[in-house]
Amino acid sequence: MTTLDSSKEIQKNNSEVNETHEDFRMFGLITFLIADGMTFAGFFAAYLTYKAVNPLPDGAIYELELPIPTLNTILLLVSSATFHKAGKALLKDKNSDSQKWLFFTAFLGIIFLICQLFEYFHLPFGLTDNLFASTFYALTGFHGLHVTLGTLMILIIAWQSRINGGRLTSQNMFPLEAVELYWHFVDGIWVILFIILYLL
Amino acid sequence: MLNKNFYLILIISLVFAISFWIGLNVNLLPAEASINAPIYDELFKILFIIGLIIFIGMTIAVIYSLFKFRKRNDQIGDGIALEGNLSLEIIWTIIPSIIVLLIGLYSYNIYDRMGGMKELNHNHEMMSSNSEKIWAGISQTSDNEISKNNLSIEVSAMQFAFLFNYPKGNFISGELHVPVDQKVSMKMESKDVIHAFWVPEFRIKQDIIPGQPTILNFTPTKVGKYPIICAELCGPYHGGMRASIIVEEESDYNDWFNKNKKTEVNL
Amino acid sequence: MTISIDPQKTNNESLQPKGWLRYFSFSLDHKVIGIQYLVCGFLFYLIGGTLASAIRIELASPMSDFMPRDVYNQVLTLHGTIMIFLWIVPVVNGAFGNYLIPFYVGARDMAFPRLNAVAFWLIPPSGLMLVASYFVEGAAQAGWTAYPPLSITTPQSGQIIWILSVLLLGGSSIFGGINFIATIIKLRRPGLKLMQLPMYCWAMLGTSLLVVLSTPVLAGTLILLSFDIIAKTGFFNPVLGGNVVVYQHLFWFYSHPAVYIMVLPAFGLVSEILPVHARKPLFGYTTMVFSIMGIVVLGLVVWAHHMFTSGTPPWMRLFFTIATAFIAVPTGIKFFNWVATLWGGKISINSAILFSCGFIINFVFGGITGVALAQVPFDIHVHDTYFVVAHFHYIVYGGTVFIIFSSIYHWFPKVTGKMLNEKLGILHFIITFIGFNLCFAPQHWLGLNGMPRRVAEYDPQFQFVNQISSLGALMMAISTIPFLINVFHSLRNGRDAGDNPWDALTPEWLTSSPPPVENWEGEAPLVEEPYGYGKQFSEQNKNI
Repeated sequence: MTTLDSSKEIQKNNSEVNETHEDFRMFGLITFLIADGMTFAGFFAAYLTYKAVNPLPDGAIYELELPIPTLNTILLLVSSATFHKAGKALLKDKNSDSQKWLFFTAFLGIIFLICQLFEYFHLPFGLTDNLFASTFYALTGFHGLHVTLGTLMILIIAWQSRINGGRLTSQNMFPLEAVELYWHFVDGIWVILFIILYLL
Repeated sequence: MLNKNFYLILIISLVFAISFWIGLNVNLLPAEASINAPIYDELFKILFIIGLIIFIGMTIAVIYSLFKFRKRNDQIGDGIALEGNLSLEIIWTIIPSIIVLLIGLYSYNIYDRMGGMKELNHNHEMMSSNSEKIWAGISQTSDNEISKNNLSIEVSAMQFAFLFNYPKGNFISGELHVPVDQKVSMKMESKDVIHAFWVPEFRIKQDIIPGQPTILNFTPTKVGKYPIICAELCGPYHGGMRASIIVEEESDYNDWFNKNKKTEVNL
Repeated sequence: MTISIDPQKTNNESLQPKGWLRYFSFSLDHKVIGIQYLVCGFLFYLIGGTLASAIRIELASPMSDFMPRDVYNQVLTLHGTIMIFLWIVPVVNGAFGNYLIPFYVGARDMAFPRLNAVAFWLIPPSGLMLVASYFVEGAAQAGWTAYPPLSITTPQSGQIIWILSVLLLGGSSIFGGINFIATIIKLRRPGLKLMQLPMYCWAMLGTSLLVVLSTPVLAGTLILLSFDIIAKTGFFNPVLGGNVVVYQHLFWFYSHPAVYIMVLPAFGLVSEILPVHARKPLFGYTTMVFSIMGIVVLGLVVWAHHMFTSGTPPWMRLFFTIATAFIAVPTGIKFFNWVATLWGGKISINSAILFSCGFIINFVFGGITGVALAQVPFDIHVHDTYFVVAHFHYIVYGGTVFIIFSSIYHWFPKVTGKMLNEKLGILHFIITFIGFNLCFAPQHWLGLNGMPRRVAEYDPQFQFVNQISSLGALMMAISTIPFLINVFHSLRNGRDAGDNPWDALTPEWLTSSPPPVENWEGEAPLVEEPYGYGKQFSEQNKNI
């Protein structure tokens, strides 16, 4: 108990110290996203190497249907825009508008995940069928995990931005800005993934 | 001042003399038994001498400074406030760069003489569709005409043994017999995990990889029996994964080859 | 800038757990976390050292007679993993970084104290898990590199625990890296310019960049490997059409920079220690900074030199040879600069400076064999032999561990307020230096003459040299005894150190020993010349 108290105090003192600096939490988040991006870069590098070096066995199917992933790309791009709207609304102290936009963004994220699962169930190959299938599921699955996490965080900040008692205000924008940056990052990864996996 | 420079030059030339003497007279390597080996040892000697000069020089500098510039009991205060010397720093950026570049070019030349930069044409016709999978290895022979005269052997490695297949004789041996002074071309593939084919006396090594054939060509120059060592951790008995390569006169080799070939036919 | 001191601070201090209890709590104080890293790392060093002794006992005789062969492979896997991920990386980054960086940038704590504590508390459980895996179904036995397909075909539980443990340690390392970057870039005291920072900050900045850029790739690779083991996918399993060389590329994309993650902070620490005891400014500050950044950039593009025999195309071998050899240039600059720092100084001969000079000599040797190993034709003969074992122990033990000891002798007075015993310290250095060279120098010859690494048995003609090596290992084991006696004795009965026993100029010495919770009683001092020996010392002294 005492530990917690003292750590809170240090934290408090620390935030006092930090107030005199510019806000570096966003800087930390960007560094983290670079690290996260490197994980994807590793996966992409592995996928492209496999594609160049390891030909698939005869009869392996790897032609992917485009409609669902194209829809998903549009969904995510629109959701990035709606998230941006939410931020703009909060900046003007229109909390309820902001909350609506956030819920709509989360809704788009959920649709994306449903479409992704739908695609999984209708693909002609399973996880262990061949190298292409395994890398396909690893890449989209890892990205899907990011979308799931992002959607949950959007729902949390949407709840936080309620008018009475919510912690998210135009004075405390950081949670929204952080999740927004993360969400744009996840969208960006999806676009690269869409090009490399589906179009190339 | 002249005196100081004289000692400096004396010490530097001593360092060079000692390094050259050690480099040329101390042999740290096993016997040379292939065409590769003398080429390798040439590179080793050069690197050894350069390394010794730098190591002995740096060690003397450190020990000398510790002794010469140690703080005496009666001394107080600091050393000289010298924060850097741009021309000195440029010198010890450029000189190492040149040395490193020269070493790189020289070792490229050595590698080329070993045959490392040549196209690998072993059994090219046989590997019709996935010839691009063959990547690695050393090849002293690139021309197809020479490779026709090569002794070609297929090596398969498994936990924890090497097997040598002589396609011309249609038999498999646990010992690698090769005639002296004749090019040997090996295509190697592993049945389970990664192994490596290493003959220290030949100065060659190549990993044997499952799912990706590798190639190794060499020419033995000295009759004798040498160990083949697995050099990639492959399981509990990795340390015991050995075979022998027996380099013999061509007539002895032909005797051995025909004997094995016959038994195979008789069976 | 003024940092307001909380008037209630004294009350808060009384609320904090006192004495030893502090070090077992989820403390947010960077100094406590630093010591937690150091002590935790040292305990794992003792475990890893015990495993190393077991290896040297096994290798004292040519036959595999001391332990079963699969246990031997588990021991060497655990030895490598523990020494790298639980001793060197956490101590040289986490321990000294956490303790020193906030002082150097003039802050009261790290940028993200909570993340910092989380990063530390990931380490003990994952380390214990790794050690405990031995008692479950046997630890991982595919070496610390965990090359598939061997890592797929050996018993699964040990390998999975190994992967999980390394993933957690990697996560801890990434959190630490983010924290260091943010602290150094964003938390600097106003008025303190980047080019005025002590060299260790630059080293940690470079190291953290490498951590952030390369560790995630290892994490991704290990996730794929665990898929291969659990879900029977075929990423790295040739039976299912996978490609084992892709694993090696991805693995070494992290694990070569990992070498710099282990030595760059040591370069930084030695740059702090030498000027203080030589009473001279650090020679060539600017070139030191550029050479660190040069090592960072080059370090990211040289990984395939670990794979010269594993099936890489010729152009790739050539490129990686040249790139690797060029790392010698920035590294060489640093060594020449350190010798130039010693030159013309007034050097106090003590344990800290002796370990630092031991580091210079050992590392130059390891660096020379490193340049040789970068040459493809040279590497083809000695790859995966005891030559390589000797080379990297010269880098990580003769290099980094020597600097860890040097740093302990240097900063012990600051951390505890007590001086260490110099006679025991010099004894410690002599035994370590002789034992280390006796252990590893002969291994170069073993490798050149035909002894591969990771073997439990070898040809009888290598027995004598192996026994010399084992004797050296015994000396290294003994050398920890004077060190431990020294530390425990000095903690109780050591001479009082005072605030600044070395008359050093870097900011951590400008506060009391041990420092107060928020580092300074008043405002953080602005140290514009951390190496201003010989010109500014008297003025600075007056200001204190």
